[in-house]
Amino acid sequence: MSKISVKNFNLYYTNFHALKNININIKEKRITAMIGPSGCGKSTLLRSINRINDTIEGAHTSGEINISGKNIYDTEMDVDVLRRNVGMVFQRPNPFPISIYENVAFGLKVNRIASNKSVIDETVEKSLKAVLLWDDIKDKLRKSALDLTLERQQRLCIARVIAVAPYIILLDEPCSSLDPVATRRIEELMIQLKDEYTIVMVTHNMQQAARISYDTAFMLLGELIEFEKTEKIFTNPSRKETEDYVTGRFG
Amino acid sequence: MRHFDVEMNDLQNRLLDMAGLVQAMIKAATQELVARDPKQADTVFCFEKKVNIQEIVIDDKCLKLIALNQPVGADLRFITSAMRINSDLERMGDEAVNISRKAFDLIKHSELNPLVDIPKMIEVVQNMVMDCIRAFNTNDSELALSVLAKDDEVNNLKNRVFDDLKILMVKASDMETIQRVVDLMFIAKSIERLGDHATNISEDVIFMVHGKDVRHPRT
Repeated sequence: MSKISVKNFNLYYTNFHALKNININIKEKRITAMIGPSGCGKSTLLRSINRINDTIEGAHTSGEINISGKNIYDTEMDVDVLRRNVGMVFQRPNPFPISIYENVAFGLKVNRIASNKSVIDETVEKSLKAVLLWDDIKDKLRKSALDLTLERQQRLCIARVIAVAPYIILLDEPCSSLDPVATRRIEELMIQLKDEYTIVMVTHNMQQAARISYDTAFMLLGELIEFEKTEKIFTNPSRKETEDYVTGRFG
Repeated sequence: MRHFDVEMNDLQNRLLDMAGLVQAMIKAATQELVARDPKQADTVFCFEKKVNIQEIVIDDKCLKLIALNQPVGADLRFITSAMRINSDLERMGDEAVNISRKAFDLIKHSELNPLVDIPKMIEVVQNMVMDCIRAFNTNDSELALSVLAKDDEVNNLKNRVFDDLKILMVKASDMETIQRVVDLMFIAKSIERLGDHATNISEDVIFMVHGKDVRHPRT
């Protein structure tokens, strides 16, 4: 069953047509990668899935993005609830300049998901365990999150998303500021998280898409050119544009 | 042109050079038998060394292309096919050597019977080899498919050769004649194996062009 179903979706930045009639069905509890040259619209599509683009002046859409059967662009959609259910992790780790504990607890408190200290403690521990940070930092929870290494900061950001119990995690080039070892660890983490969450990831690193995603979407100039199983995209893509891009002949 | 494309072209050219050597070996080995010309053995053995060296060089080149460039799509299919074709070509060279060795002994004696079906096999197989290499060079999957269709013809000819040789063997009253019949059987088998390798190469060409695995259709 598709977790995210995009139907005839268009997005404009004022007069610029950034996403052109996108149709894609993203399956649940899998990693789906979005690849394509810079400016092709992959990040725009990712950001449309939790309506972060709404904050950009002049951005307007047509068509639908259905999550679990509900169109998130319906007027009655509560965007705060949507963003809680569809968490986002950005290119550069962006922990708040507060303690590690407070970073993870932040969403719980702001969204009033929990106010009881023991419940918050339990959720912080569970979230940090899910991103394999707990054992290393359980004695340093009151230290500033900014003191962590970049890799750990990114893990913390994922923990912050997980704490509010989303069912979809969007990642926008989550490893682009990490070294190869840290990248590999975050990839392993994503592989573990996919058993619990539907993960959609934008990446410029095609080996990363090939290594960890199940499905891959290739976008070009605002259009979805090909959406297929990753192994097909990287061994025998159907479209010439995809072949040219994955083999490095353009882009 | 990108450095990677230069390297890929070099790989293709090396395989074509190797294929040229193998074709020359097959021609020489079969001429040795049919034209009863022992001098052809020199060509076979001289080229075998070159083919063996090329096999190692090409394998090494493929490994480095994969390790250093992480190829995908058509590039990946080309390199994996090149590795298999490389191995098939080397084995074709070995079969040419086998034919040459047996022919060298056989032509010391008078002919048992005029060769009829073996030259026919040679002609079909040489065409198969030429076509599979041309298909590889030009990405021509139709030509590759036509090679697959000829494999049964070679097998049928081999069976006919074997049937004739078995009759000769039954009639034979001395060990020397039996040995010559056995040698001819080995030669027929080697020619058939050349056809099998040409078939393998054609299957690789189809995979390389379409990403479709046509090996073992009955499994």
